[in-house]
Amino acid sequence: MSEPITVLGTQSKVGKKARPDLSDAELVSLYEEMVRIRIFDRRMLALQRQGRIGFYGPVKGQEATIVATWKAADDRDWIVPALREGAIAMLRGLPQELAIAQLIGNDLDVCRGRQMPCHYTLKEGRYVAMSSVIGTQISHATGLAMAAKYAKSGEGVLGYLGDGATSANDFHAGLNFAAVFKAPVVFVCQNNQWSISVPFEKQTAVDNVAIKASAYGMPGVRVDGNDVLATYQVVRDALDRAKRGDGPTLVEAVTYRQLGHSSSDDPTRYRDEGEVADWIAKDPVERYRRFLEHEGLWDDSKESEFVDRVDGEIAKKVREAEAAAPVSADSLITDVFHDVDPRLQEHFRIATSDPR
Amino acid sequence: MATMTLLEGIRDGLFTEMRNDDRVLCFGEDVGRNGGVFRTTDGLQKEFGEERCFDTPLSECGIIGTAIGMAMYGLRPVPEIQFQDFIFPAFDQIVSEAAKIRYRSGGEYTCPMVIRTPYGGGIRGGHYHSQSGEAYFCHTPGLKVVIPSTPADAKGLLISSIRDEDPVLFLEPKKIYRTMKGEVPEGEHVVPLGKGRIVREGKDCTIVAYGAMVETCEKAADELKKQRGIDVEIVDPRTLVPLDEKMILDSVRKTGRLVTVYEAPKTGGFGGEIAAIVAENAIGSLEGPIVRVAGFDTPFPYTLEGIYMPDVRRVVRGVERTFEW
Repeated sequence: MSEPITVLGTQSKVGKKARPDLSDAELVSLYEEMVRIRIFDRRMLALQRQGRIGFYGPVKGQEATIVATWKAADDRDWIVPALREGAIAMLRGLPQELAIAQLIGNDLDVCRGRQMPCHYTLKEGRYVAMSSVIGTQISHATGLAMAAKYAKSGEGVLGYLGDGATSANDFHAGLNFAAVFKAPVVFVCQNNQWSISVPFEKQTAVDNVAIKASAYGMPGVRVDGNDVLATYQVVRDALDRAKRGDGPTLVEAVTYRQLGHSSSDDPTRYRDEGEVADWIAKDPVERYRRFLEHEGLWDDSKESEFVDRVDGEIAKKVREAEAAAPVSADSLITDVFHDVDPRLQEHFRIATSDPR
Repeated sequence: MATMTLLEGIRDGLFTEMRNDDRVLCFGEDVGRNGGVFRTTDGLQKEFGEERCFDTPLSECGIIGTAIGMAMYGLRPVPEIQFQDFIFPAFDQIVSEAAKIRYRSGGEYTCPMVIRTPYGGGIRGGHYHSQSGEAYFCHTPGLKVVIPSTPADAKGLLISSIRDEDPVLFLEPKKIYRTMKGEVPEGEHVVPLGKGRIVREGKDCTIVAYGAMVETCEKAADELKKQRGIDVEIVDPRTLVPLDEKMILDSVRKTGRLVTVYEAPKTGGFGGEIAAIVAENAIGSLEGPIVRVAGFDTPFPYTLEGIYMPDVRRVVRGVERTFEW
């Protein structure tokens, strides 16, 4: 098995040559965003346990890939997310209270309570509204990239998927079309080792995702997805290549889903505590913190100040989001089509008429 | 005005709209260099280049999936599925994605695209080149379904579909691609979606039919007039979603009788939906039973397509049944 590219070893030192070209402030902000995601996750999972939101899909253990790939893209590049990239909507500018409103499904939610939690949208930030269908977004990413190429816009696309999606029809179609048309897209597979209860080795008979790229005539790169610096550099290089007109790349970010698939899932039913512990030892946040501390860029007092501040901010945003009104009934029939047709008006009348 | 076949009407619509709007791209299997297996897209690549009219790998879910990405970006893709029978690998992309993007994103993202595909029997194409799957798609909120039956409508409805802000499935009755000829306005020609057409006026019985069945019903109407003196009114809804319910109900209220004619298997077919709309809203006007004349609940047969598809004899018999009860 080819070993994933790593910059941050288990040690805290990183050689100068391996360091991406990022300022100290940028290096610190990568860490802060990872921690912000972790705190947000913890808070939202708690809200779910309290019955204040119906469902939540945590990303604990995958924060490095999320933040690294976001950082690697320019603001003009499109984000086509899968299940665990919701934080990128917020990094791209979705106000936290609107994200929380989406989790609640109230009138403050841009999607007007029509989707399950974690299905954010942000057109302004070029973050595409996802469905819950596995893999369909892969060919959307290719199509967006084909359109960007046609428009000669210079934009690139990040198309995300999980390891389970590599078995879907659209993985094959999306990668094949991207390579044939030399579309400026980078596919980022967050291989977190589990598709709900099915382990990666039962998903495919090859031992990694990156190798599949060779069947499409594109480079496949395996990177340590728990290493924010390595993942940033690999995706940055792949996007540069794509936008130069040299075609797509498949990046496999090797990572681990430390919690369940969702708030409805109990992973103790199907996996060993030992395996989880091994991966927690490779936790992306802790590893990167050790590096920053070694560089003199972070310390305990900064940590506690930051955590307290973010915690307080999120608590405030939760209150703001929870204060919003329930979704109004007209959201049943609007946005089905551009115009509300007479048949839908009739349905609305039935839905809202007094049964007596 | 020029005389064209239905197929030429579609092609003229494509040329017109591609000249008019450089966001319009046509692609699919064999549509570029070869101009389509039916030659519908013949000449497009020559005029507009490979950037705007191109061949794709052989993957329906890839064709529609990439078209959705292009539509979200702001283009107006017009992908072709070579035969409607082969659309099912893309069913997920059409019903779960294209038709739901506007709703699920609160209107932030939209999917204006036209999926063109030949459908229906009558060309000795066997099971996999003859089916009529319109009902699957009419059952999908967020998707429009359009079926022309004349060359002029083919052009005008196609242009309206391309200009529409929502995804449209444009079903082309391939049996009459070349046999149906008519006058087609040159240049700009728009037929709005959601407006039916009275094919002929009559006072005794309404037939609702679309696609290749319209022509069959016209012949049946001639027969009924000649043999029985029954005066049939034929309504072609032209778009199944949105449906011109008013035109259908007004006609039935006038004639008091309804026969729906469709090639698809009878059970769960769109003609059953039209029957239900009439039964719910105009039962007081009915003077006889509603009759469905349709394909049978079997796979589409190769050698026996002549007895599978509704023909003049079965339509005549269907109308007669509305008088016998």
